[in-house]
Amino acid sequence: MKKVYAKEEVCVGCKLCEVYCITSHSRYKDVLKAYKFDSNRPAPRIVVEENRPLSFSLQCRHCDDAPCVKACITGAMQKDPVTGVVTCDTDKCVGCWTCVLVCGFGAIVRDTNNKIASKCDLCAESGEPACVKNCPNEALVYEGGI
Amino acid sequence: MSLNYLTPEFKVLRDYDKCINCKVCMRQCANEVHSYDEDLGKMVADDYKCVNCQRCVVMCPTHALTIVKHPQVFRENANWTYDAIRDIYRQAETGGVLLSAMGNDRPYPIYWDKMVINASQVTNPSIDPLREPMELKIFIGRKPDKIELDENLNVKTKMPPQLTLNYPIMFSAMSYGSISYNAHASLARAAKELGIYYNTGEGGLHKDFRKYGPNTIVQVASGRFGVDREYLKTAAAVEIKIGQGAKPGIGGHLPGEKVSEDISETRMIPVGSDAISPAPHHDIYSIEDLSQLIYSLKEATDYKKPVGVKIAAVNNVAAIASGIARAGADYIAIDGFRGGTGAAPKRIRDNVGIPIEFAIASVDSRLRSEGIRHTISLIAAGSIRSSADIVKAIALGADAVYIGSAALIALGCHMCQQCYTGKCNWGIATQDPNLVKRLNPEIGYKRLVNLITAWGHEIQEMLGGMGINDIESLKGNRLMLRGIGMTQKELDVLGILAAGE
Repeated sequence: MKKVYAKEEVCVGCKLCEVYCITSHSRYKDVLKAYKFDSNRPAPRIVVEENRPLSFSLQCRHCDDAPCVKACITGAMQKDPVTGVVTCDTDKCVGCWTCVLVCGFGAIVRDTNNKIASKCDLCAESGEPACVKNCPNEALVYEGGI
Repeated sequence: MSLNYLTPEFKVLRDYDKCINCKVCMRQCANEVHSYDEDLGKMVADDYKCVNCQRCVVMCPTHALTIVKHPQVFRENANWTYDAIRDIYRQAETGGVLLSAMGNDRPYPIYWDKMVINASQVTNPSIDPLREPMELKIFIGRKPDKIELDENLNVKTKMPPQLTLNYPIMFSAMSYGSISYNAHASLARAAKELGIYYNTGEGGLHKDFRKYGPNTIVQVASGRFGVDREYLKTAAAVEIKIGQGAKPGIGGHLPGEKVSEDISETRMIPVGSDAISPAPHHDIYSIEDLSQLIYSLKEATDYKKPVGVKIAAVNNVAAIASGIARAGADYIAIDGFRGGTGAAPKRIRDNVGIPIEFAIASVDSRLRSEGIRHTISLIAAGSIRSSADIVKAIALGADAVYIGSAALIALGCHMCQQCYTGKCNWGIATQDPNLVKRLNPEIGYKRLVNLITAWGHEIQEMLGGMGINDIESLKGNRLMLRGIGMTQKELDVLGILAAGE
């Protein structure tokens, strides 16, 4: 499947990916409005890991054998059998955060504002992940086969 | 610490209606201008530290930042200018030579902007480069006195070694050390893609870039950094650096703290040692000495590669160029006083040397009058800002131009002139690994290719307008230029007529 890959050698650690992730998952699709008006502003589902000069952004790897799906107590965490994308159904998620515990990458974020597990959905609605589209140094690529 | 008399040069304006506290500005500023104040709950800026490189302005996702010239003024005084007073404050505090970077920024006349280009109307046809062939290819190197053909009209004369350029443009000498690994990677790859050449500068050739050898000119400067047999063999041409437009008569100094493991290997000097380029070559005190070095390098490269000489444009440039031609050089690169640098004493940069426009014209005239113009190619450098400058340089007599600052601007340089601080926020003039990675060579090389391709199109348009279909036919064709707002003496030195004449 197509995934987001980080090129750590050109990641500048600006964290704009986080800004645009928040924007993409806010009900406003505008940076300014997402930050200024969204009372339920979502947490970023991508996190820049840093140990300077090394930095790269990390998000869900959409594992083939996803432990979070197995661990989910309500069946909110699902892996799409066709696309392979792992998503969290926020209507079913109860915020027990067992998935956070079992994720080997630390890629699931606790959205304390909304008391749900928050994770990368590859911007399913808009086609191309916002982090990739807005990375100023082309340090994120969205590639791979189906 | 006593009071610092300097006031900030720039002011950071933040539109708090737009600031979202994302801290991108803070993370991107190597000068530590921006910070988040926990007590105030908002981003704040220290104007004192701002150098106006505009990295934060460009990166801000909500366009909340603007950098302006600080409104603080001195009482108006045409003699004691802002810079004059501030320079004294600086020197009174430090006791040191003032450093500066990039080219001479003083308001001397820019003669490119006082020359206009001809076009055909009615009596000779202009050419449309989109529909008809238009040649930009040129050859750098010594040309034979005459061409002999055999009975099948094949060239019998043995041609001296030549560099073939798809555009009359090359990337100037900028050393690894003064600019970053990624900047070099961008330049090398772009040169290969474009079919032109880049120049290693005096800092040696990194082993990773040996593969770009066929598009590389290597320099042999007074410090002789990184010079060995393989260095010379790898390159397409060898250039002896005598001088540089930004600091004629002055050597170079790369501070020891910038001599990392990688740079030490490339320059072939110990890690952490200062890399000193003496002002003169200690083995060159005459044209005869220069000739010895030229022929040593030719010998070392089996007479298969052009050997050029780069000098700064100074008072006697025409006579010096004549000597260099007679010393056996294949090309001469002349760097005008607006040429860039990573670091130069400010007084030298701003006051020493002459404009490249005059240097090119007088050298071309001198070599022609001596009947030796064909024995050497002439490369103009020292602030070529656009394709129009190139057309004018070639019409004045240059074969090709070197671009340095323009190439760096294409890579993101915003001309803040702080290269010597090593904190280039654009990842160009720095060795800090945190900053170097900001310049992605994948993006950089494409931007350089775009720039040269665009200039190529523009040069073709201008040539076509003049009714010329080959850049070689423009060389030294000064009738294609006219001067505006110049004295008769200036026109005479440039060898052009006044507009309307």
